[in-house]
Amino acid sequence: MDFLLIQALSGLASAASLFLVASGLSIIFGVTRIVNFAHGAFYMLGAYAAFTLTDRFAGPLGFWGGLLVASLAVAAVGALMEVVLLRRIYQAPELFQLLATFGVTLMVQDLVVLIWGPDDLMGPRAPGFTGAFSLFGRLVPTYDILLILLGPVVLGLLWLLFHRTRWGVLVRAATQDREMVSSLGVNQKWLFTSVFALGVFLAALGGALQIPRTTVTHYMDLSIIVEVFVVVVIGGLGSVTGAFVAAVLVSELNAFGILVLPKISMITVFLVMAVVLVVRPWGLFGKPDAAPRASAGISVRPWKPMSALERGGVALVVLLAALLPFVSGSYALSVGSEILVFVLFAASLHFMMTVGGLASFGHAAYFGLGAYGAAFAVTYFGVPMEAALVLGPVLGLVGAVLFGWFCVRLSGVYFAMLTLAFAQITWSIAFQWVEVTGGDNGILGIWPSAWASTPQGFYWLALGVVVVGVAVLRMLVFSPFGFGLRAARDSGLRAEAIGIDAKRTQWAAFVVAGTFAGIAGALFAFLKGSVFPETLAIPMSVDGLVMVLLGGIETVSGAVVGAVVYKALAIWLMSQTELSKLVLGGIIVLLVVAFPKGIVGFIEDWRHRRPPAPNGAGPEAMGIAKVEAAQ
Amino acid sequence: MKLEVSGLNSFYGQAHILFDVGFEVGEGEVVALLGRNGAGKSTSFRSVVGLVPNRSGKVVFEGEDVSRLPPYEIARRGLGYVPEDRRIFTELTVEENFEVGRQEARPGVATWMPERIYALFPNLGEMRKRPGGHMSGGEQQMLTIGRTLMGNPSMVLLDEPSEGLAPKIVEQMADAIMTMKKEGLSIVISEQNLHFAKLISDRAYIIEKGRIRFSGTIGELEANPEIRDAYLAV
Repeated sequence: MDFLLIQALSGLASAASLFLVASGLSIIFGVTRIVNFAHGAFYMLGAYAAFTLTDRFAGPLGFWGGLLVASLAVAAVGALMEVVLLRRIYQAPELFQLLATFGVTLMVQDLVVLIWGPDDLMGPRAPGFTGAFSLFGRLVPTYDILLILLGPVVLGLLWLLFHRTRWGVLVRAATQDREMVSSLGVNQKWLFTSVFALGVFLAALGGALQIPRTTVTHYMDLSIIVEVFVVVVIGGLGSVTGAFVAAVLVSELNAFGILVLPKISMITVFLVMAVVLVVRPWGLFGKPDAAPRASAGISVRPWKPMSALERGGVALVVLLAALLPFVSGSYALSVGSEILVFVLFAASLHFMMTVGGLASFGHAAYFGLGAYGAAFAVTYFGVPMEAALVLGPVLGLVGAVLFGWFCVRLSGVYFAMLTLAFAQITWSIAFQWVEVTGGDNGILGIWPSAWASTPQGFYWLALGVVVVGVAVLRMLVFSPFGFGLRAARDSGLRAEAIGIDAKRTQWAAFVVAGTFAGIAGALFAFLKGSVFPETLAIPMSVDGLVMVLLGGIETVSGAVVGAVVYKALAIWLMSQTELSKLVLGGIIVLLVVAFPKGIVGFIEDWRHRRPPAPNGAGPEAMGIAKVEAAQ
Repeated sequence: MKLEVSGLNSFYGQAHILFDVGFEVGEGEVVALLGRNGAGKSTSFRSVVGLVPNRSGKVVFEGEDVSRLPPYEIARRGLGYVPEDRRIFTELTVEENFEVGRQEARPGVATWMPERIYALFPNLGEMRKRPGGHMSGGEQQMLTIGRTLMGNPSMVLLDEPSEGLAPKIVEQMADAIMTMKKEGLSIVISEQNLHFAKLISDRAYIIEKGRIRFSGTIGELEANPEIRDAYLAV
């Protein structure tokens, strides 16, 4: 009994920081409608900045002052990011905002290592709270008690801020109707900036408060952001109270989950999240509405199947690719095979995103499940490569069936966050369940059959599989299923009204995409001869997103081009610089801001350029039906 | 002239909605913008206050071209806007809704305090702490007008203020608009028919399919039943 109490107290202490970060994310989302992926990065920056300041200035004033100054400084950095970057993309589709803030996260990861070095740092203890007191014969750190009290205090202060100040009233009004607020004479620009600064301040404070408890590391950003996503999905985006309740819930589940299932403690949180999503898809304290935003589309140009000429061109490119082994060496071929694998991975994500309108931030889960599936088949059942290439993707399919069922109940940012959370749960299972997955050491010895064991042989195998895979995905786009999917994407209600089960169609698309990602993953396992948890990790998911974005979000098969360019660039970049994340993050941000239609989208725009309409001649002159009704 | 609008062309995406719309409002005048559902009344208002990004044309308010200004700048110059769908903040109380609209006093213009608005709409005074979402349609209409008045505007665009209201509330609304006029406010109201507009307006414009089709006094409009029947709802 007393042990359980101690465990509960420890959970509550962890909840404090989680609440701070999650409430910051929620407040920012409420007003700006941006899910700030970089929130974890600000949490980490808060911890690092607090470490530096408290390290330099000792004593109570140095410590508490250091925490505060560090958080304020990081908030200023956040405000700068809002002014420089986010103001340019408030009107952009959600996916772009998530990607841009993720790009910032990547850059911060490298910058942090550059400034503070790669080693974990140990912060000072909090002056006056270094001891512990005894409870039922067990020791409870006094600092934990301080944190436990801090949570409700911050919740109360935020409540006062939002209900007793003009600024707070404006923020709450803007959360509901930004346009109306500006029509009443409020300059939203600075309202947004100040809200963003407050949210970042809370994240940084959450990080700074952690330094007496845990070491400061350069990967603490991704671990917290996933937990925060889970918290806001459970609590409801935009609700500070929801963030508080869910932070406590998740922290307690973590604290007790370790007792029940020490190996896979994330499972308990996942189960609770699943139940909440089924009962209240908008979270415990969220609101059902969350005004659905237009799909990823920026401009409208109907898709067409390829013309005979275009088909000929594609056939020629495939033929040239098939001839590559006659002219290049082994290294180029293994790079080529890797690029091919990612072409299929990106194409599967592209199918789900552009045709289905479902922007997944956790597509790596199905890629990795395919890879692990193939590895299990070889290691535990001793099947040959040919069979493993079939069995592996089945695991991806099963994962997509299970996770997809939950995910398609949501849309937009909720969908993105949930897919990410599922991927991260899958990752943590692969990482923690060492007996089965080998944990960090992975599974080795996944070699192809003799005929495909040469670089040439494997390249041809990969080419064959990938060409067929991409062709099938493309055929699906122009099949009745593809039309239904596009209908569900463009208007779920209208699709339902003409007899399409929108959710079911999207679920099917999710499963198709997951299965093809699984095929890519299984190929990847045999290409590398091994499987590691990295195949399931966030960077893998984001690689896929960047490939899709680079190729062109509105195109039918732009991801193919995007994958080739991106993967070739990334492999080259890795060999050129230590700061690949900094460069990559910068490229992502640049892409989103300056080049949002991608390579293929850009080319298509150029091909379909219309002569500008003469002045005064409206769409009528261009043969476009005029919309009569206007509000 | 208080407000001069000319050559207004507005688009929603590819759709051309307004075609060279123009109208004028004199100091202290009440002008009606009449037209059927979908004729372009709301788009005209939204274009004037800067809420339609894709538009061209000129909007001159108090002698200054405001057509390139963001909505909040236009509002701060004293041009208030009351939207058709009311758009009150449902989570906020009556008092808080007023707080969002509050602006500094403007020299030479009537200054509004919550107490003055409660005098104008006594119903609101009895529900100061009630969230906007828990109010009737008529009360919400009063709230949205009061909220705009809190910005101490010298001119107000009222988009279909009588729509969907009980006759008794409509009367109250007409009284309130007359009070606003007496305070020196210039007012444009949009309506689908003449019933309400003729109670309070000096002049009227008729808009149809995005074009201004008629301009004249209320008397002229009443003397021309064929125009009324061609363009207005009965």
